[in-house]
Amino acid sequence: METDKNLDAYQEFVKGLWRDNPVFVQVLGMCPMLAVTNSAINALVMGGATLFVLIGSSFLVASLKKWIPKQVRISLYIIIIATFVTVADYSLLALMPGVHKELGAFIPLIVANCMILGRQEAFASRHGVRFAVLDAAGMALGFTLALFALGSVREILGNGSLFNIPLFGDTFEPWVIMILPPGGFITLGLILLVFNWAAVRKQRFMQQVAEAERETL
Amino acid sequence: MNQPVPLPSTREPGSVRLVLSLALAGLISGIAIIGVYEATLPTITANKARELREAVFKVLPGVARMQRLEFIEGSLQPTEGGAVNDQTLYGGYTSNGDLVGYAIPADGPGFQDTIRLLYGYLPKERKIVGMEILESRETPGLGDKIYKDLVFVANFSNLVPDPEILTVKKGTRSAANEVDAITGATISSKAVVRIINEAHIRWQPRLPSVAPAMPLPDNETGPETGKPPREIR
Repeated sequence: METDKNLDAYQEFVKGLWRDNPVFVQVLGMCPMLAVTNSAINALVMGGATLFVLIGSSFLVASLKKWIPKQVRISLYIIIIATFVTVADYSLLALMPGVHKELGAFIPLIVANCMILGRQEAFASRHGVRFAVLDAAGMALGFTLALFALGSVREILGNGSLFNIPLFGDTFEPWVIMILPPGGFITLGLILLVFNWAAVRKQRFMQQVAEAERETL
Repeated sequence: MNQPVPLPSTREPGSVRLVLSLALAGLISGIAIIGVYEATLPTITANKARELREAVFKVLPGVARMQRLEFIEGSLQPTEGGAVNDQTLYGGYTSNGDLVGYAIPADGPGFQDTIRLLYGYLPKERKIVGMEILESRETPGLGDKIYKDLVFVANFSNLVPDPEILTVKKGTRSAANEVDAITGATISSKAVVRIINEAHIRWQPRLPSVAPAMPLPDNETGPETGKPPREIR
């Protein structure tokens, strides 16, 4: 692939974690983001399932792209994604029935996570297998990181525990709203606020550095 | 973000090729899904059966053996497998084969979705001695207390279902047929009580207090020893 020459493997992996984070920067995949982040363990399992589906689909799409006619590519991506999701669904049901009970309805909905389809269309179908898998791993880990950030905050405040381990004794009155849907929106809003604020601060800092350099010259 | 790269322009493929590639993808995907389904099915069935057995031994304390029973033509008869319906329940026996009580599956609408539960009933004492939620999608943090709140679950360990179970405000339980509701989850608590009341009306006249049928030999023996009881999620 001629377009792969100016790509750096490390950069392609790391960009999903922070700079192009699918949740905090691209604001994709909001349905699982808000629905299953009421506890840290749910968030991690959802992130793990997404990681499996995204890496699997990106690998297949990147290796099969020569044979995928562009007129039906979206349908083919969805078939590939849906197959991986079904595999993840049955495996979870067999291996972790307890967690599957909690996540139940949301595992099949990974198919509709636009972040996954987005990576196939924007990246995996245009680059080599190696970069596609790196990109998928970075994006999925960034997604997991975001889910976990939200899930742990909501579980700590809404349930007074983390990974079901109580943190504050019996005197703590849990903020029930945090594990209900409004808590998801509030937490996500606050995290996005911090993220954007940090981005603006960084930009201003870089400008000041540039100005200082110009003055010394 | 990366610069969008135009897709390699190839000659317009015929519709036959498009149909073929989609059909082939569907076929491969179907085969993969069947393979995974077949591979995981035994584990999934075993998990569900184990969950049910553990629940039966939990709602009927002191039971050593269980037997699936079906209400056929006016009497309870031991059956093997099959789907759980309105006519099935589980008999709990001592190791000698004497009937202790029945574990009765019941379901009904909760706050968000159907609640499926199992309760243990002693026909001689006409008493409910245990309740376990098998499946529910009640609100996390509020409605899910119907199985997370052990104080609420303990309401059902010594409960008289006649003439009917009543839900009362938390902390005001005074009679043997009353259940303390959960603060903030009144609808879910009432739903559990209503489900049991309805099942009790349906089952009570059908349940003989002596063993209707001895458990089949070497069938469904008691809980494995040395294993810690299942944690309540």
